Amino acid sequence: MNRDISVIYVLWLRAMKRFIRSPSQIIGSIAMPVLFLLFLDAGFGSLATFLHLPPGVSYIDFLVPGIVGMSMLFAATTSGISLLWDKQFGFLKEVMVVPVRRVSIVLGRVLGGLSTAIIQSTLLIIISLFIGFKIPSILGILITYGFMVLIGIVFISLGLIIASFMKDMQGFGLILNLLIFPLFFLSGAIYPITVLPTVVKYITYINPLTYGVDGMRAALIGISVFPGYVDALVLGIIAVVMLALGAIAFAKGRIV
Amino acid sequence: MKSTGYSIHVSNLVKKYGDFTAVDGISFDVKEGEIFGFLGPNGAGKTTTVHILTTIIDKTSGDAFVSGFDVSKHKDEVRSNIGIVFQDPSIDDRLTGYENLELHAMMYGIDKATRKRRINEMLEMVELSDKANVVMSSYSGGMRRRLEIARGLLNEPKVLFLDEPTVGLDTQTRRHILEYVKKLNEKYHLSVLLTTHYIEEADYLCDRVAIIDHGKIVVCDTPQKLKEGLHGDIVKISFKAEKDAKFIQENIKKFKNVVSIKVDEADKKIVYLNVKSAASDLPEIIEQAFRSKLSITSIDIRKPSLEDVFIHYTGKSIRDEEANPNERIQAVIRSRNR
Repeated sequence: MNRDISVIYVLWLRAMKRFIRSPSQIIGSIAMPVLFLLFLDAGFGSLATFLHLPPGVSYIDFLVPGIVGMSMLFAATTSGISLLWDKQFGFLKEVMVVPVRRVSIVLGRVLGGLSTAIIQSTLLIIISLFIGFKIPSILGILITYGFMVLIGIVFISLGLIIASFMKDMQGFGLILNLLIFPLFFLSGAIYPITVLPTVVKYITYINPLTYGVDGMRAALIGISVFPGYVDALVLGIIAVVMLALGAIAFAKGRIV
Repeated sequence: MKSTGYSIHVSNLVKKYGDFTAVDGISFDVKEGEIFGFLGPNGAGKTTTVHILTTIIDKTSGDAFVSGFDVSKHKDEVRSNIGIVFQDPSIDDRLTGYENLELHAMMYGIDKATRKRRINEMLEMVELSDKANVVMSSYSGGMRRRLEIARGLLNEPKVLFLDEPTVGLDTQTRRHILEYVKKLNEKYHLSVLLTTHYIEEADYLCDRVAIIDHGKIVVCDTPQKLKEGLHGDIVKISFKAEKDAKFIQENIKKFKNVVSIKVDEADKKIVYLNVKSAASDLPEIIEQAFRSKLSITSIDIRKPSLEDVFIHYTGKSIRDEEANPNERIQAVIRSRNR
């Protein structure tokens, strides 16, 4: 068996095994998005007329793509933490002395992180069905998953880039908190970016999550700022660039 | 690449971190099938050297070859030929012992049938077969170490690196692990580079020992030859007062035939004298001590140990390191934190 393929598979398998063996982490990671969904819907649900949603589409339908984006963002950054964890507790060295290309190790990690993020977000989507979210079509949900994959790749790579050059977890946590909330709030996840002041609106245009949330909305409720294919194209390009940067950062980053 | 008879060849190896030189131009060779020991205190540059040789970090300058391959230019070839047991644990706590081994074997592209056979063989060798399906977090420190040794051997390496394999373990477990290493070396004709700051370990296990301090190899030879290098005997004299020990150190010229003297750093009432022959030199020493009104409480004569060799070459006792409370705390944190 080709070693590079094996390494990708092994790292994915390891991520899956670790994920399944820590139910508390699974519950903990989807609790936050679920709470956001519940509280935001409870508060804004009746005020949402200003959104001019088409008939049959409620605020929860508008909100779910945003919170799925948030869930992907949160879950993706945990893979940066897991890299630091492996650095601190030595498993990274074990992987780094395997005779394979560094890019395979990166792909294995990204694939593992992506899978856990997708599983978590899927659980979130299932829960949201009980709060009133409606899946419009099979195609819509498939496209949504496509966007979820792209969001995952972008932010897992971002986590890898930051974690590659860091050693301690506290520092990573600080940087993460500074990044995550602006990324989340300035992505149009809970309100449309069209209502934002012009300057802030431009900031949302450089936020990759904006295109992810917008793309999912295009697929699920047919309301979006940009056409869906524009979202897909922009996010796809960002994902490829970030993945490449992540691979470079990982190869050049410190192991010990 | 052709076999050169050497498993590791290092010449003028240097590693700098900014202004700090961790490894300062060391050169040595490890022959095929040899157990080679790196003996030195913490921070001497042992682990840095191992990290360079195992492709974890890049060297600053110099040459380093493992199994005939340049560690900077042919990393994958080097990686294919080595097994490593790192100083710090490097296993996945949430996986079982078997799973840790299996993932390792899979990453090295070992096919399923071979994998199963080798894992079971290795588990048996380190006596962990009955714990194979237990999650690592419930393994003891010694069991983890043994599993890591088993893992390091799965990919059938030609050279095995053991970086402080027994730190933080109790005496019995340490002895156990040393036995494994010896057995492996004999069974598979495996070359081993072992770093340690336990003198007995180097003495017991290694064919040759390099004493390393401040990033430099101060001396390198077989334990036997190193000990013979310090001719004669070691006379350990305990005095009643520190000033007596100080006196003998300051007036050493009065004591004929004393090659060198060392005051114990931990207990300054004790001195170690290296003499040509205790049998013929001791009466004169005692007489001179008596004339100088020094009060001796006990005298002990022994052949030079590797410890004495270490003291001779580095000017300090490695025991100070061993007793370092920080290190013990670190070892505890390491094992707890997992």
